[in-house]
Amino acid sequence: MLEIRNIHKSFHQNEVLKGVDIEVQKGDVVVILGPSGSGKTTLLRCMNFLERADQGTLVFDEKELNLRKVHKKEIREIRMKTGFVFQNYNLFLNKTALENVTEGLIIARKIPAEEAEAIGKQALDKVGLSERYHYYPSQLSGGQQQRVGIARAIAANPEVIFFDEPTSALDPELIDDVLQVMKRLAREGTTMVVVTHEMSFAREVASKVYFMDGGVVVESGTPRDVLLHPKEERTKQFFRRINREVEYYI
Amino acid sequence: MTERIVSILISSFWQILLPGLVTTIPLTVISFAIGLVIALFTAIVQAADIKGLKQAARFYVWVIRGTPLLVQLYIIFYGLPGFGVLLDAFPAAVIAFSINVGAYTSETIRAAILSVPKGQMEAGYCAGLSYGQIMRRIILPQALKVAFPTLFNSLIGLTKDTSLAANITVLEMFMATQRIAARTYEPFALYCEVGVIYLLMCTVLTKLQKYGERKLNKSYGAGTAEV
Repeated sequence: MLEIRNIHKSFHQNEVLKGVDIEVQKGDVVVILGPSGSGKTTLLRCMNFLERADQGTLVFDEKELNLRKVHKKEIREIRMKTGFVFQNYNLFLNKTALENVTEGLIIARKIPAEEAEAIGKQALDKVGLSERYHYYPSQLSGGQQQRVGIARAIAANPEVIFFDEPTSALDPELIDDVLQVMKRLAREGTTMVVVTHEMSFAREVASKVYFMDGGVVVESGTPRDVLLHPKEERTKQFFRRINREVEYYI
Repeated sequence: MTERIVSILISSFWQILLPGLVTTIPLTVISFAIGLVIALFTAIVQAADIKGLKQAARFYVWVIRGTPLLVQLYIIFYGLPGFGVLLDAFPAAVIAFSINVGAYTSETIRAAILSVPKGQMEAGYCAGLSYGQIMRRIILPQALKVAFPTLFNSLIGLTKDTSLAANITVLEMFMATQRIAARTYEPFALYCEVGVIYLLMCTVLTKLQKYGERKLNKSYGAGTAEV
């Protein structure tokens, strides 16, 4: 359904992606793990053209695009079929929770306002914010804002939703609410590509895990393979360190 | 002596205020409105990085900010007729003030647009909106809130700057005062009087600004955070 082939991206002299391949099937929950600076967020942002890749191919619904020269129209088409959840939520600050969800429906997709509102309310109900339709982002907690962000992404019923470290900016107490919502979406068969540090999420719901480091995919496979029986030394080292941190917390 | 001054002040009050009402205020309001349109356009072509137009915008701001307003007034009113462009005093003043205030406020608006977090634009793109839609519906409303106090600053400045139009024969408050002063030989009292009238006008504007800021601060729930 979605495939990235040999993607390259540099910021000035700094080569962040050095030829990465990713494949996402319909219904997949693909989790991308890796240390900071490994290029996982950049990879995700390139998929939605928030960053322009220097080289590579994107296949979306059997349509092949050269990432170096894509037309505005093609970019918009792909954005219409995808959702994006940001680390910092990026809710429209001058819009209520409900307006945040309906904005893309009414303005971009030309859905009549009443219908869009019904869809928007449904999406907010789904993330547990039935009481907060008319609250502005500044009146919501981080966890609530991120759930509005998720509602905004699912409302248009996209073919795939990208999550860019959706819980990294949240207080530990608020992470759970967001993860619960994401897990439920995953179980309902939503196609998701998730960049995260949440091992529990990867373990419980991922259908495929990619481990990235230094701008390449070091290892990929089922969560059981990659998380529990990693083959590569770099992967083992990463998980050892993460697990040690967990022990420290305990 | 003082009785004479008091009677001059009283009889001149309406003679000064009237041109204020029919000339100074319309001149300010019309010029500022046109200036805002110019400023918005100038700021957006820079923010959107439109090749050619961006450079033109920078050039315009550079020239207008770098030359005296009085010179600009003279060029338009006294200079352009040399090229066959003959303007009445009032429209000439409107053109000069609009162009001038447009250059200054374009920088205010540009800075305000830049102050809106980049993520707002990205979120808009991801929702499927076009650049223009995001600008109009998401970025500019937030930028306006930031720019509002500074824009009012420019409006207050312009109110007083319109007195320069006296130099190109626009009969506004200052020129009306000059005439009465020439007739009565009471420059001190009369120029103080017109000063006070300008002050009153700007006081009204200051109150309006306070009111507007309060309204804007209440908009989209800022400052009333609750969880």
